[in-house]
Amino acid sequence: MTAIVSVKNLTKIYEGGFTALNDVSLDIEQGEILALLGPNGAGKTTLISAICGLVSPTSGTITVGGHDIISEFRAARSLIGLVPQEITIEPFETVINTTKLSRGLFGMKRDDAHIEETLRALSLWDKRKSRNVELSGGMKRRVLIAKALSHEPRVLFLDEPTAGVDVELRRDMWNLVRRLRDDGVTIILTTHYIEEAEEIADRVGVINKGEILLVEDKTSLMSKLGKKQLTIDLQQPVEAIPQSLSSYPLTLGPEGKSLIYGYDTSAERTGITKLLNDLAAAGMTMSDMSTSQSSLEDIFVDLVKEDAP
Amino acid sequence: MNWYAIAAIYKFEMARTFRTLAQSVASPVLSTILYFVVFGSAIGSRIDDIEGVQYGAFIVPGLIMLTLLTQSVSNASFGIYFPKFIGTIYELLSAPISFIDIVVGFVGAAATKAVMIALIILATSTFFVDLQIAHPVWMFAFLFLTAITFSLFGFIIGIWAKNFEQLQLIPLLVITPLVFLGGSFYSISMLPPAWQTVSLFNPVLYLVSGFRWSFFEVADVSVGISLAMVCVFLALCLTAIWWIFKTGYRIKN
Ligand SMILES: Nc1ncnc2c1ncn2[C@@H]1O[C@H](COP(=O)(O)OP(=O)(O)O)[C@@H](O)[C@H]1O
Ligand SMILES: [Mg+2]
Repeated sequence: MTAIVSVKNLTKIYEGGFTALNDVSLDIEQGEILALLGPNGAGKTTLISAICGLVSPTSGTITVGGHDIISEFRAARSLIGLVPQEITIEPFETVINTTKLSRGLFGMKRDDAHIEETLRALSLWDKRKSRNVELSGGMKRRVLIAKALSHEPRVLFLDEPTAGVDVELRRDMWNLVRRLRDDGVTIILTTHYIEEAEEIADRVGVINKGEILLVEDKTSLMSKLGKKQLTIDLQQPVEAIPQSLSSYPLTLGPEGKSLIYGYDTSAERTGITKLLNDLAAAGMTMSDMSTSQSSLEDIFVDLVKEDAP
Repeated sequence: MNWYAIAAIYKFEMARTFRTLAQSVASPVLSTILYFVVFGSAIGSRIDDIEGVQYGAFIVPGLIMLTLLTQSVSNASFGIYFPKFIGTIYELLSAPISFIDIVVGFVGAAATKAVMIALIILATSTFFVDLQIAHPVWMFAFLFLTAITFSLFGFIIGIWAKNFEQLQLIPLLVITPLVFLGGSFYSISMLPPAWQTVSLFNPVLYLVSGFRWSFFEVADVSVGISLAMVCVFLALCLTAIWWIFKTGYRIKN
C-alpha cells in the first residue's frame, strides 16, 4: 500500500502558545477510510486544516500524493476535497452556483454533467435554484459535500460530518462514502462518536491532546484490545462462586443465575475449555451461554485513561 | 496562475454585483443628480467659469472620481471581508490557487463594478451639462488605473478589518475627506497658497487633476505627474499585498 497522505513530525503551536498538535506522524493509505477518533479539542480539525493548507504548520512536513503541501501546493491541493466542521456557506447564492464556484476554484473546466450528477447524488438537484440561506441545516451540509465533490477529489476530508445531522442524511452520507471508496477515493473523517468509526472505517486513528495514540486496522484493533465476556447462564442459581473455580476471574451475575468470565481474545489460550470442564466437575449445569465483545468505546476510554497523567 | 479559478472568482463576484446592481447604482446616481442640482444649477450658476470651463461641467470628473474611489474601496473590501466573516474563505485557502489568483479575481471584479458605475454617472451627467472628452484614451487609462489601485487598497482594508466598523472606517474617515479636499469641486488655484501646498500631499488631487485634464485639458498639476502618482500608489498597494501574501497576515493561523 502506498501512502497518499503522509504527515511527518507535525507540530502546531497556535499564536497564543497553545500546542494543538505535538509531533504527529501519520500515513494515510490510498483508498482507505480512516476515522480520526478523539474527544473535543483533541486536535482533529487542526490536523485536517494543516493538511488542507488552512493552518500553517509550526514544524514538520506533509505530502499529499507525494507533493509537498507548501512547495507544491497546487499539485497537492488539487487532489483534496474538504467538508468543514462548521457550516460555512455563501448565503445569497444559489446551490448550483456555489457548487460551480468550487469546481472553478479548483482549476477545473466547467462540467455541467458532473455538477448535475453530484447534486443528484446528494438529493439537491430539485433545490439547485434555491438560495443557500433558504435551506435547512441538513441541506446546507449536503451543499458543503457537493462543493467538495464538485472538483473530483482523490482525498476527501469530512470533519465531523454527522454532527447535528438527521438519520436520512447520515445514511445517504455513508452510502456515498462507500461508493466513493469503491471509486478509489481516500476518505478521512473525524468523529467523537465511536459507533461511527466502528460502522464505516477501515482503520481508526485515536487522537487525544494533540497526539496520535494509535492507528490500527479496525478489526485488529478491536481484537487486539478488545476484551470479550463469556456469560454462562446456570440452571440452578448459586449463592457464591464454588471454591474449585476460585482460580478463574469470575464474577457472579444478578441473583446468582449466571457466571461472567472476562478473557482476552489476543491471549494465547482463553481458558474457556478448561473452565467449562471444571464447571461440569463442580456439578453445575448450564442453561445457556453467550459472548460479547467490548466496543471501540471501551477501548477508547481505556486508551484515553492511560494517557491521562 | 490558475485561470479557471480566477475566472470562477470573477464570475461569482460579478454575479453578486448584478444581484445588487440596482441598489449599487441607485445611490451614486441619485447623489450625482443631487450634486448637479445643488452645485451645478443652484450654486454653480453664481460661480464663474473655471479656466474657461463651465462650473457644472468642471465638477463632473470630480464626481466620477468620488464615486470611483468609494466604489472601488467598498466593493473590494467587502468582497474579501465577507468570506472572512462568514467563514467561506476556507475554500479559497484550501484551493490550489495562490494569493495572487485570489487578488486578481476579487480586485478585477471590484474594479469592473466601479468602472461600470463611473460610466453610468458619466452618462447621467450628460443630461445636465455639455461635455466633451478631449482625450478619451487617457480618460479610460485614468479610470482603470484608479479603479484597480483603489480596489487593491480596498482589498487590503478587507483583509485588515476585524469587524464591520473597521470596514466602514477607512472609506468614511480617509477617502471621503481626501476626495472633497482633493479639488473635486474646485481648482486648488482658488485656495490660499498655504492650502495649495497642503493639497499637494493629497494623492486624490493627482487623480482628479489628471482625470479632469483628459476631459478639458485643464489641470492643477501636470498630467505626467498625475500619472506618476497613480503609479506610485499602485506600487505601494502591490507591495502591501505582497507582504500580506508572504506573512499570511490575518488570513491564516
Ligand atoms: N485559532 C486557534 N487559536 C488558538 N487555539 C486554537 C485555535 N484553533 C483551535 N485551537 C485549540 O486547539 C485545540 C484543538 O482544536 P481542534 O483541532 O479544533 O480540536 P477538535 O477538532 O479535535 O475538536 C483546542 O484546544 C482548541 O481550543
Ligand atoms: Mg473539530
